[in-house]
Amino acid sequence: MDSHQDSQAAPVLNDAVPVRHPGRWVSAIIIIGVLVGFVQSLVTNPRFRWDVVGTYILDTKVVQGVAWTLVLTFASMVLAIILAILLAFMRQSDNPVFRWSSWTWVWFFRGTPVYTQLLFWGLIAVLYPKISAGVPFGPEMFSMDTSTVVTATVAAILGLGLNESAYLAEIFRAGLKSVDSGQMEAAEALGMGKTKIMWRIILPQAMRVIVPPTGNETIGMLKTTSLVLAVPFTLDLTFATNALANRIYLPIPLLIVAAFWYLVITSILMVGQHFIEAHYGKGVDNRVPAAINPAAAKASAAVAPSAEAEPDLKMDFPEEEAK
Amino acid sequence: MTITTEKPLVQIEGLHKYYGNHHVLRGIDLTVNQGEVSVVIGPSGSGKSTMLRCVNLLETISAGRISVGGDLIGYREVKGRLHDLKSKEIAAQRREIGMVFQRFNLFPHKTALQNIMEAPVQVKGQSKTVARKRALELLDRVGLGDRAGHYPSQLSGGQQQRVAIARALAMDPELMLFDEPTSALDPELVGDVLNVMKDLAKSGMTMIVVTHEIGFAREVGDRLTFMDGGVVVESGDPREVLANPQHPRTKEFLSRVL
Repeated sequence: MDSHQDSQAAPVLNDAVPVRHPGRWVSAIIIIGVLVGFVQSLVTNPRFRWDVVGTYILDTKVVQGVAWTLVLTFASMVLAIILAILLAFMRQSDNPVFRWSSWTWVWFFRGTPVYTQLLFWGLIAVLYPKISAGVPFGPEMFSMDTSTVVTATVAAILGLGLNESAYLAEIFRAGLKSVDSGQMEAAEALGMGKTKIMWRIILPQAMRVIVPPTGNETIGMLKTTSLVLAVPFTLDLTFATNALANRIYLPIPLLIVAAFWYLVITSILMVGQHFIEAHYGKGVDNRVPAAINPAAAKASAAVAPSAEAEPDLKMDFPEEEAK
Repeated sequence: MTITTEKPLVQIEGLHKYYGNHHVLRGIDLTVNQGEVSVVIGPSGSGKSTMLRCVNLLETISAGRISVGGDLIGYREVKGRLHDLKSKEIAAQRREIGMVFQRFNLFPHKTALQNIMEAPVQVKGQSKTVARKRALELLDRVGLGDRAGHYPSQLSGGQQQRVAIARALAMDPELMLFDEPTSALDPELVGDVLNVMKDLAKSGMTMIVVTHEIGFAREVGDRLTFMDGGVVVESGDPREVLANPQHPRTKEFLSRVL
């Protein structure tokens, strides 16, 4: 406030009676009642067999299952993201062959069940016993046994990753389309090449739209890995807990063990997603807190500018000029 | 006003533009000499922005030729036949032409400084140190030396447009195109942007300015062109055209905007 207003008496703040919300109290009582009942059943119902849950939660087989599930999730997501970027760029290309190939890929991998695809990858060595490279109908340059290259792990990652790439390609395509066409024009007018425009201007902005559904897909993938028994791949969390359950004839506690670990991983992924979203929201999403809380904005403005900015630059928040 | 030579930098000859069956530009001829400020006015839909966008190939050229600095834009002529340039060659031509947009089009994920440094570093291969020094100089020149670390969303429209001008200047273009640079601004912010453009004109930059700012045309322009319905209706010294328009359509337009 400037001195002009200081000279006047402080205004008397309005003291209005707030609107009452009885519905909130009623709903809170009902929900708390149901929750208490549920928690009570968890404690008192002996069929949950919490002792068995405790025994197996850190079992070597289970922990290894968690590790393999993570490996499958990350490897197939990395493969899917690389393919999806490529497919999305191809879909926007001037080259009609690229556009058509990309469309066909998405059509095929999205149009068949992932379980079927995993079965196929498991049977690939039956279909093609040998992989060889050479000129079609011409000389062969090298050849090897398919089963030594496409192991169960490779088959599982290929099956999950290729299927996922089709879904991610659509997410990436939507993301690229969401960027204002003026961005492309501005970059073109500066003489930037197409590849640089895509990687440095369009994709970073598209990431704001791409990250949330991709996080969703990653969590989906975490649980889709439980289908790899189709390959068959037998080391993931679901298979490991199922195997243990069948051995001791107690399916419920081991389902709880599996659910617990899936929840833990999902929670960690959600935290990671939050930071990725914050990174790509830079310059766009940080406008909102700036408008509400100038002090916080000042603090974040002092931290946010990256290495490009001179450290000694003044970082005043632009008060009256800010939109 | 500004120091101009008789050496033509931009030559537009018989420019036509179709969008499907829609004939937007119907034979435009325009010459801009080195160091000249050429202002283009006209009602919306007259094709003035389209003409400007043809100069750096944001629109394809349906018929006619544009040359900048003696180079044919977008084509190579071999034995009397035109061949499309590759996208890399088009990018190289665009480096010599700066463009300022109505909607600023700053990169929202980069700070003011990073916006200006982007093309010199990525396109010209300048070192970051050199590019940063030059970018800070340019920010000072447009009066925003203290806004280097701000993101576009933290700047007002007028400030964003001045950063956009600095961004275009960082490539050291021989020609600057302004596509209604003040049309999206609040009235009180227009002056700062026009002042930057005036300084630029004084420094001898060749400029084509599509605008509704008649005052700017009168004060800074070396030539004023009035377009309507995809043709040049009238062209001449800004003060003469504004004071004494020859064509009835020019008279009618000016009577409505002045």
